[in-house]
Amino acid sequence: MSVDADTVRHVARLARIAVKDDEVEPLRGELNAILAFVEQLGEVNVEGVEPMTSVTPMAMKMRQDDVTDGGIADEVLQNAPTRDDHFFVVPKVVE
Amino acid sequence: MTDLTSLTLAQARDALRKREFSATELVEAYIAAAERARVLNAFVLETPDRARAMARVSDARLAKGEGGALEGLPLGIKDLYCTAGVRTTACSRILENFVPPYESTVTANLWRDGAVLLGKLNNDEFAMGSSNETSCFGPVVSPWRRRGSQQKLVPGGSSGGSAAAVAAGLCVGATGTDTGGSIRQPAAFCGVVGVKPTYGRCSRWGIVAFASSLDQAGPFAHTVGDCAILLRSMAGPDAKDTTCVDLAVPDYEQAVGASIKGMRIGIPKEYRMPGMAAEIEQLWERGAQWLKAAGAETVEISLPMTKYALPAYYIVAPAEASSNLARYDGVRYGLRVPGRDVIAMYQGTRAAGFGKEVRRRVMIGTYVLSAGYYDAYYLRAQKVRTLIKRDFEKCFAEGINAVLAPTTPSAAFGIGEKGRADPIEMYLNDVFTVTANMAGLPGISVPSGLDAQGLPLGLQLVGRPFDEETLFALGAVIEQAAGRFAPAKWW
Repeated sequence: MSVDADTVRHVARLARIAVKDDEVEPLRGELNAILAFVEQLGEVNVEGVEPMTSVTPMAMKMRQDDVTDGGIADEVLQNAPTRDDHFFVVPKVVE
Repeated sequence: MTDLTSLTLAQARDALRKREFSATELVEAYIAAAERARVLNAFVLETPDRARAMARVSDARLAKGEGGALEGLPLGIKDLYCTAGVRTTACSRILENFVPPYESTVTANLWRDGAVLLGKLNNDEFAMGSSNETSCFGPVVSPWRRRGSQQKLVPGGSSGGSAAAVAAGLCVGATGTDTGGSIRQPAAFCGVVGVKPTYGRCSRWGIVAFASSLDQAGPFAHTVGDCAILLRSMAGPDAKDTTCVDLAVPDYEQAVGASIKGMRIGIPKEYRMPGMAAEIEQLWERGAQWLKAAGAETVEISLPMTKYALPAYYIVAPAEASSNLARYDGVRYGLRVPGRDVIAMYQGTRAAGFGKEVRRRVMIGTYVLSAGYYDAYYLRAQKVRTLIKRDFEKCFAEGINAVLAPTTPSAAFGIGEKGRADPIEMYLNDVFTVTANMAGLPGISVPSGLDAQGLPLGLQLVGRPFDEETLFALGAVIEQAAGRFAPAKWW
């Protein structure tokens, strides 16, 4: 499978990465080189093989459903690019 | 007095306990060494004030005979580990001003045992790379040079700063992370020892995530024994990471020097790649002979899925990265590029904040997870991953204790030499290391010789899950036979 320029633009939109017009063609070439490389997986017979979900066999750890942390709004917000009191500020989302 | 920066971690530890010198003297020696070596660009942040303060505390503890396992030992930390109050960037512009209010579990374990933070080490951006050239702080220059040449070489990646700093004597040990070879490959390129533990051995909590099912923290040091000492402190259960196992951590140092008599070492025939350099083949053969001479038996084995590990990795790792890196949106932390609406803000922020390789991988990951392609790419890759793991399980069930192979297909290359036109050229560096990540297995790279141009080469051992002890025992035998390697100082 290979991607065309429209697909590159579509994927960039899904990934929320702005792509300039002159970046589309080089990206198309690079993505296609990677896709061509992974194409060889098509040779492998995966009939009846379970996809891996956990690399080490282990049961999901359980813990008490207790509050163990919190009350640190200042710390949570300390790296925010823009904040107002204890809120993150973003451009208007709802009209 | 001897140059304190030439001591191994074990030697420095023992000398500190005997009060032959103080933690403050040791840390001063390393602070000076790091200052003199700035041309290598191994550190992205030096923290001398913190180092001096931590050393003073260590000296007080040592004076009372209350020193921890790593008391007073100065370490470098890959800039992927969050360090409370100390800038942590993942070497990405998108996190260039990020100061975590919390500490990663692994570094917290190191400080608990008395280690001293010298600074944060350079790496490929978000650990995506095999040469340390994708860092937003620029490449690390390897302390190694080809004989008679002044060309700047890469230290390998992604933990290039860690490997270079240890090799150049800028810290007594360092932390790294290994997603596809990012500890073992730079260790081999820089002539130091690097360990990628079993997936789940070390907590991933507080380490900037790249590919969560593959990432694992591990140590770099001059010797196998030094890595054993570091890993014992780094590893252990952690309630904050559900994939971190509840297993007791053995005293790995005890395994160094243990007998390997009767162990069965697998030599995988599929690693004998067409066009493999003769000196790599010879190194591999020599390594097998060393293990045999120490009483192990070598057995040719087959790992038929080997050639599919790298292509499967380049689906699984970017897919997980695209998901993990979705958090960098310019809202809660990191860079923000304003936009006319929220979508434009996300898109502008991520275009400006991520470097080229990261953008490329996030896009590949987004593509292989997108509607209509998920089964063909991601699901198939995860099935292939099951088969890769089965290859190893079959060998282990037949009595193989560990697998021996070269760490890399070649010695270090020049800065700017690879991957310009074709990303795959760079990816192929990880062809021997990536299988261990795909199968979750522990691996160690031990310096084993020099190539014809005087550059270090490494041999890799891959072991059974949670059997790092066998790797330390085998690695020590190779180290004993091969000797240690240090670059000639030019900086």
